[in-house]
Amino acid sequence: MQFDIKKITNSKGFSAFTSAFLAIILGLIFGFIVMLFASPADSLPGFQTLLFGGLSRLGDVIYYATPILMTGLAVGFAFKMGLFNIGASGQYTMGMFFALYVGFMWKLPSSIHWIACILAGLLGGMIWGFIPGFFKALFNVNEVITSIMFNYIGMYLVDMLISNNAKMYISTMARTAYLPQSVQIPSLGIRNSSANISFIFAILIAILLYTILQKTTFGYELKATGYNKDAALYAGMNSKRNIILTMIIGGGLAGLGGAFYILAPSTITGSSMTYEPINVIAAAGFTGIAVALLGNSNPIGIIFSALFISYIQRGGTLTSLHGYKPEIIDVVIAVIIYFSAFAIIMNTAFVRLLKRRKEKKNADSTDEEDNVDESRLIKDQALDREQTEEQPPDDVLTVDSTSENIKEEA
Amino acid sequence: MEDYIIEMLNITKEFPGVVANDNVTLRLRRGEIHALLGENGAGKSTLMSVLFGLYQAEKGEIRKNGQPVQINNPNDATALGIGMVHQHFKLVEIFTVLENIILGVEPTQRGFLQTREAHKKLLELSEKYGLRVNPDAIIEKISVGMQQRVEILKMLFRDSEILIFDEPTAVLTPQEIDELMNIMRNFAKEGKSILFITHKLNEIMSVADRCTVLWKGKCIGTVDIKDTTKEELSRMMVGRDVTFKVEKKEKEPGEVVLSVKNMSAPSAHHKNNAVNNVSFDVRAGEIVCLAGIDGNGQNEFVEALTGLGKTSAGTIELCGKNITKLNIRKRSKIGMSHIPEDRHRYGLVLDYTLEENLVLQRYWEPELQNKGFIRKNKVREYAERLIDQYDVRSGRGPVTLMRSMSGGNQQKAIIARELDKEHKLIVAVQPTRGLDVGAIEYVHKQLVASRDAGNAVLLVSLELDEVMNVSDRILVMYEGEIVGELNPETTTVEELGLYMSGAKRDDLKENKNAV
Repeated sequence: MQFDIKKITNSKGFSAFTSAFLAIILGLIFGFIVMLFASPADSLPGFQTLLFGGLSRLGDVIYYATPILMTGLAVGFAFKMGLFNIGASGQYTMGMFFALYVGFMWKLPSSIHWIACILAGLLGGMIWGFIPGFFKALFNVNEVITSIMFNYIGMYLVDMLISNNAKMYISTMARTAYLPQSVQIPSLGIRNSSANISFIFAILIAILLYTILQKTTFGYELKATGYNKDAALYAGMNSKRNIILTMIIGGGLAGLGGAFYILAPSTITGSSMTYEPINVIAAAGFTGIAVALLGNSNPIGIIFSALFISYIQRGGTLTSLHGYKPEIIDVVIAVIIYFSAFAIIMNTAFVRLLKRRKEKKNADSTDEEDNVDESRLIKDQALDREQTEEQPPDDVLTVDSTSENIKEEA
Repeated sequence: MEDYIIEMLNITKEFPGVVANDNVTLRLRRGEIHALLGENGAGKSTLMSVLFGLYQAEKGEIRKNGQPVQINNPNDATALGIGMVHQHFKLVEIFTVLENIILGVEPTQRGFLQTREAHKKLLELSEKYGLRVNPDAIIEKISVGMQQRVEILKMLFRDSEILIFDEPTAVLTPQEIDELMNIMRNFAKEGKSILFITHKLNEIMSVADRCTVLWKGKCIGTVDIKDTTKEELSRMMVGRDVTFKVEKKEKEPGEVVLSVKNMSAPSAHHKNNAVNNVSFDVRAGEIVCLAGIDGNGQNEFVEALTGLGKTSAGTIELCGKNITKLNIRKRSKIGMSHIPEDRHRYGLVLDYTLEENLVLQRYWEPELQNKGFIRKNKVREYAERLIDQYDVRSGRGPVTLMRSMSGGNQQKAIIARELDKEHKLIVAVQPTRGLDVGAIEYVHKQLVASRDAGNAVLLVSLELDEVMNVSDRILVMYEGEIVGELNPETTTVEELGLYMSGAKRDDLKENKNAV
């Protein structure tokens, strides 16, 4: 039994989970303090709504989790290669536009129309991911700058194209027309919600990405480049091709997110989701960054972090019942992300504390040589320690490995 | 009593695990040019950093004009009239010459910069010492030689009377070097005192009055240049004891494996070529060592050879195929193995496990992957075989995180990977850097074993012992050119030192016929 616990606590996933968990707790505490300041009387019931409000809207939680799960994957996957895909918003918007375009302008049999729309969304995102990737690979233009610019270019372009298209746009309502039933993605059947089977697609895609990263030569190259691009170059990996490919995949994922969002079935028959060309950058892209960070860029972790953020957003929206502005939840989420970086440090401190305690215990039981060895370990910097110490005693090794995991995340 | 302007008495400076300066005494006379000579890591720069206030010595005393002084930081040093030109210039690239010179001592009036006076002073100084510069030129747009002038003017502007030059000639062209030598002589005539760090013997012989030699942190002695020879200095510089000889059988070199013809390569630091028109062959069954002092173009040469960098002229042939323009993977497939100098930067992915690192050069081979999926069990088998065969020790076997392994075993992992892969040529760059004696011996044995198996080995090394003991043939690189080809059996460390410091050079074609 003891052995099993050790095995679990030493795994990479566990330490990622604990640091995310710690960040969430701290973010919530901070959120509560903000609510306390904003309106002390309503803070307790308000906080309760924040925490548990999502339970009453599980369908919505799933529906809103889908696009941010996709943008989270878009950011996280690129991040594994050391690329910061801040352009998920633009790719998401492009995906949405492509899906809308095929939905309105193409005549297709109703059985495959919605599938064609999804694929169009994928293509739109891929194009918008390809461009920054291409410039990065061939001219070493920083992908952060290009993809931020392409957020704006994409958004204004889509707004322009939509508002100039009489078939798609209803100018009196300042929104797109209702999409036909045939292009709406089949519902999951949860009452009063737009939750649809695209959530299942998103989870399958996450698992697929996990497999690519863990099992394929492409994933091996991708992670090697992310960890150490000089070593990847030395090993003869084609980093130019990999950068472009990664950005195309990332863009495609975000584009799918846009398609999944806009093609969702409406709760009111005869209507649909609509897009409003009001010159605002899609928030889903930036939420995706938060999702990816909280999920430690791990596709499986991202599934859970997307669900969590969607859940807490639903609760946050409901706090308006107690007179709170829905923005408060954005503050809470921001704090959670902020603390997820801190949590890594705190986790390290925690591990160190644990180690020190263990050492004290060992002082009574083990021989002196061992102790000298370990106290030296503590003194040295983590890096030096790991490099100089060849075969540390068993119990030190286990603690060591967790601290390594944490470093890796940092 | 002699007139010493600066005395550094019994200086000891320790870093964790190393004594960089061990009881070193250096006395600088007023108005002399005093050279500080030593190999890499001999402690020259550390000693000068102590004088300039960048480090504090554990033991010892610094005196100026006979009075003990305390130098806690570069500002103290500047106040005492000590100025330093660093090997890597400390200039703000986007500032003008004048702005760089007044940086830190900006003349201001009510918070506004007053540059007119400074401008005048700068022009006077540059006139006086023949250091022509344009005060309004932007640093990044002027040549390296000009940048150095700016550094020198910076010292003069602060009225320094003790000038430290840290390897000032490393980045200069021969003409610029001559000019610098003249400038230094002028300074000495003016009564300024100069400390000059270098490992180039010619420069010392031509310009210095006296020379202090450091070896592994210890002061070997101070000599008058007029009473010494290059040979003596060279012997003092490389040290006296020669370590153990590597066991090696006689072996006749076979066919040519690597053939470099008229190859030049650009430098990352300046506009001139770092490697100039280099030609040589390496044959099967021989270890050829490319020797030289650090920064003479070896890095650029290796990068161009392995495909990490580019050539600017010439061709490289490996096993009869022209690989000059091929990418790294193709070179690797033709038969190049590369043990890189910086194992953490290039050789390893530290956040990968041992087994993942062991397949870094061959994860794409059909044996280890199937339709793009890595065959984990095959990788494990392969890793276990290498770990066993090359005795790579780690905490948890194949799944040990590379970062947690010791330096020696990290290097063993690289060597296992590069030697086990199909290869005809091994390019081993400083393969024993930072390793202890046991690991060094292991690496040397592996290289010799690979040579005995009929492979060609190109060893690039800065360690004279390694050069002398391991190689079958020595090529000396100096300022990007091959200046000598030596036989380790017949040559001496002193002679090698002369070639390495540029004091001696052969017309290589002639030499080639002789060997």
